[in-house]
Amino acid sequence: MNIQGRPTSSVSVDMNPHQTFNGNRALQLEEPLIFETGRLDVTGVDIEAPATVVSRLGAFERKGSLGLPGLTEPEAMRHYVRLSQKNYSIDAGLYPLGSCTMKHNPRFNEAMARLPGFSDVHPLQPQSTVQGAIALIAQLSDWLLELTGMQAAAMSPKAGAHGEMCGMMAIRAALEARGEAASRKVVLVPDSAHGTNPATAAAIGFSVRAVPARSDGTVSVEAVKEALGPDVAAIMLTNPNTCGLFEPQIVEIAAAVHEAGAYFYCDGANFNAIVGKVRPGDLGVDAMHINLHKTFSTPHGGGGPGSGPVVLSERLAPFAPLPFVLKKDDGALALVEHDSEAEGAQPFGRMSAFHGQMGMFVRAYAYMLSHGGDGLKQASEDAVLNANYVRVGLRDLMSQPFGDKPCMHEALFDDEWLKGTGVTTLDFAKAMIDEGYHPMTMYFPLVVHGAMLIEPTESESRAALDLFIATLRDLAMAAKAGKVDRFTGAPFHAPRSRLDETRAARAPVLRWSAPEPVARG
Amino acid sequence: MSQTFYTKDHEYIRVDDGLGVVGVTEYAQKVLGDVVFVELPAIGASFTRKDEAAVVESVKAASEVYAPVSGDVEAVNHALETEPGVVNEDAEGRGWFFRIRIKDESELGELMDADGYQAYLQTLE
Amino acid sequence: MRYHPLTGADRADMIARVGVSDIDALFADVPQDKLLRAPLALPDGVSELQAGRILGRLAARNLTASQAPFFLGAGAYKHHVPASVDHLIQRSEFLTSYTPYQPEISQGTLQYLFEFQTQVAALTGMDVANASMYDGSTATAEAVLMAHRVTRRRKAVISGGLHPHYADVVRTMSHMAHDAVDDLPADVEAREDIISRIDGETSCVIVQSPDVFGNLRDLRPIAEACHANGALLIAVFTEAVSLGLVTPPGEMGADIVVGEGQSIGNGLNFGGPYVGLFATRQKYLRQMPGRLCGETVDGEGRRGFVLTLSTREQHIRREKATSNICTNSGLCALAFSIHMTLLGERGLRRLAEVNHANAALLAERLSRIANVAVLNETFFNEFTIRVKGDAVKIVEELAKRGVLAGVPVARLTPGTELDDLILIASTEINTDEDREALARGLDAFINGAQ
Repeated sequence: MNIQGRPTSSVSVDMNPHQTFNGNRALQLEEPLIFETGRLDVTGVDIEAPATVVSRLGAFERKGSLGLPGLTEPEAMRHYVRLSQKNYSIDAGLYPLGSCTMKHNPRFNEAMARLPGFSDVHPLQPQSTVQGAIALIAQLSDWLLELTGMQAAAMSPKAGAHGEMCGMMAIRAALEARGEAASRKVVLVPDSAHGTNPATAAAIGFSVRAVPARSDGTVSVEAVKEALGPDVAAIMLTNPNTCGLFEPQIVEIAAAVHEAGAYFYCDGANFNAIVGKVRPGDLGVDAMHINLHKTFSTPHGGGGPGSGPVVLSERLAPFAPLPFVLKKDDGALALVEHDSEAEGAQPFGRMSAFHGQMGMFVRAYAYMLSHGGDGLKQASEDAVLNANYVRVGLRDLMSQPFGDKPCMHEALFDDEWLKGTGVTTLDFAKAMIDEGYHPMTMYFPLVVHGAMLIEPTESESRAALDLFIATLRDLAMAAKAGKVDRFTGAPFHAPRSRLDETRAARAPVLRWSAPEPVARG
Repeated sequence: MSQTFYTKDHEYIRVDDGLGVVGVTEYAQKVLGDVVFVELPAIGASFTRKDEAAVVESVKAASEVYAPVSGDVEAVNHALETEPGVVNEDAEGRGWFFRIRIKDESELGELMDADGYQAYLQTLE
Repeated sequence: MRYHPLTGADRADMIARVGVSDIDALFADVPQDKLLRAPLALPDGVSELQAGRILGRLAARNLTASQAPFFLGAGAYKHHVPASVDHLIQRSEFLTSYTPYQPEISQGTLQYLFEFQTQVAALTGMDVANASMYDGSTATAEAVLMAHRVTRRRKAVISGGLHPHYADVVRTMSHMAHDAVDDLPADVEAREDIISRIDGETSCVIVQSPDVFGNLRDLRPIAEACHANGALLIAVFTEAVSLGLVTPPGEMGADIVVGEGQSIGNGLNFGGPYVGLFATRQKYLRQMPGRLCGETVDGEGRRGFVLTLSTREQHIRREKATSNICTNSGLCALAFSIHMTLLGERGLRRLAEVNHANAALLAERLSRIANVAVLNETFFNEFTIRVKGDAVKIVEELAKRGVLAGVPVARLTPGTELDDLILIASTEINTDEDREALARGLDAFINGAQ
């Protein structure tokens, strides 16, 4: 069982003595669902009357009502503004989610993505009318290759997990070309890997063989050699790894993997630690996805849209999926959309309908243009320095699972130091909410008990870090002093207290439905 | 007189006259936390020992339940489909998962008895 | 650098505090011969002003949909989106928040996802919808995988009316997963006999309506045949606005409905980001991919929302997950939901009526041109014309003359016998002048008319 006994029911909270009549709390305003305030005959969009025509819908015109109410514009504005006020955000405060890289999202990037020349062009316009858009994709791709030391980029994957899928498909295609797809069906995945790695491998028919981590949180070349064999297609390794450490034997691991005839997939989720410092291609990586929404500052948007281009080594480059950009002899750029135009390459197929997340490409391009090569390197150095500063600021109070040594861009603690306090990692995280912080990533990686993974990113000033450290120190001392009340049942000051996840899962309510009419009597 | 055996994966099987009632142990339900869903095998399903026979889910975890012995499923506890919380309330009683017709009673020799299981739990602390 | 708050003095102090000699000491685990010493071959960083000039020049090299009479569809549609939508999705709290893992401080995101799920379920006529997928094509591939899980069979039958790129995505995924695919040839006039392809091995049948050629399809007999054979019907749409006027696929017996949500609330964006819609029947809920938001209560008994049923997902289930998907398309789903809320059922129907009327006017006008034939018996806002000549060349030529005429079918499926076909879409943005410009352009190029 892969769980660590977290309570998922809500904790009953005492009635606030200053309860208001309507449930609002000053700037925190309660907001009903649109289905409770909207009306079926109301619309917030004025549309000119349609011309009178003979219907071409045949027998397919909808007869009944959809049951979708509308709101006028002022009502809609108020609804969504009130909802927004119930969310934490990077713009409001430090968001130390480990492995998520919640860095500042420049608004310049938003403005550029909205230039009509990028936002108001159709993916299937004649290519002669979109040369600027294709040029941007080509330039971004070239820069990603320079940063990673790789040979080709597949730009169409729509998120990190989609990029993983793309990379593993390229590996499958390469094995097919070698005639070894049937014999190499195993993918090696370390215990500490993110869940997407095994899920991706399994989704396309590979079986997963676990590689144990060493007691220092890294993977040894011996363990990899032990697991390698003629049945192994690839290893999926995250570097820097999910414990926030650079894999010291990565070059030896890559060599062993290649010697065994397998490929090296690197999960690039933590690329923000090493941009401009070391290139995955120089380490022997064959495929790696890049989360533009982590490393290159495109906004997370409450859970997407992301963008996950994949860079490929020389051995995998011929198998990159459609579409891709080809520079023609006359200098024009062509988007290759079909096998017949692929000029000798062997694309393995297609990942999505069009060319990828153009809106995210523009933002990432604007970010790279603004930073330049040196600025990108500085960002990584600052990210690593900030993480270590937090680590050192907390290490005397909290416990580090792998000893006192430098980390990359995220600092990992376990819950050893909470033993006997009656406070859990979850309680500690929820108490951080009351102090005005988003919690760190917790209970991940699974190999560390009660894990707390803190990634401050390069966007935090020293003063902001000092305040964050001071707050966590106060909380840690309170926990150690047995002040359990501060933690159990926290948060007390958020728009909601702990929610009953057990109830949500036992009898799922996934959509609004009209209440049953109440019988009069 | 029934006799109960345990696996290292925290399943129990209460054996009576060639039939075994299978569920997860009191320890397992505690570790899982609030159980929110149980996927039961089909009646008539045939398992070899250690086959995946059912799934038990809490909010944050899903665990496979393996057949402790080989055999055919004769009955399942439909009550768990609507009230999975029964597993938390009475794991080794009303919270049983399925009843299996044991193919080879010698396989029970591979399992722990109550004392053995308690000793095993001590090693997990 | 305007985005980096640390000063040189901060860095020096902090390095000392951490107790190392210099920044590279923190990179000690990196093989030292691999540490980059030479600068990257990237330009130096520039000011916002300068970066704006560079990007502005690139943007200016593209002909936008607003600069020319515009008739492209084939999976992406230009509609007017109210200004308030983009304003609202750019609020910091929506734009710069993460997936709502901490529900106490994410109720804004969670509530709009719950509202989004309700809207999608209602629009499609289904019981439940998820919190969105990447886009319509990946949602279709996920629907096929889900059907395989539900039926424990591994063969998909793909209609010749499915968007060819969607079919490519399904084929790629199926090939990799060693699943079978039975492809029907391109079916321009909706005449295929897909029912005869269903057998005891069939997991699912994928049918698009309106199909890629614009035809509306009767899903009912296909649904019946699927169900009689223990297979599922996956209904696909690429133009969500059509649901304002046509019978929802759920009412015609679909088991899974997937589609592209771009055309409500989201711009063309040269192909992405878009938002995939995914809905199904209650009984298949636990086989569904993607995030789900559910209602519950907090410790004070107040209504609140959480992500739920996450045991289906990769972070818990790992190699047994229903999908490897992590994110959804949150912000695009929000744009969809805000636009949908502003429209309401009344506005959506009106919008759909205007689209249909504009397309009908255009079809009527184009059918009067010699050597141009409208092939559709039925359509919503997109139809197929057959022209005399090479459709790709005609569309290229019209673009040079300032008309973005449509999508040549050969752009989607080259090497077939379809190189004289053009897909033409017309939405509320088109005026009489636009229609006239297209008609005259076609007439001039095909017939040499003045």
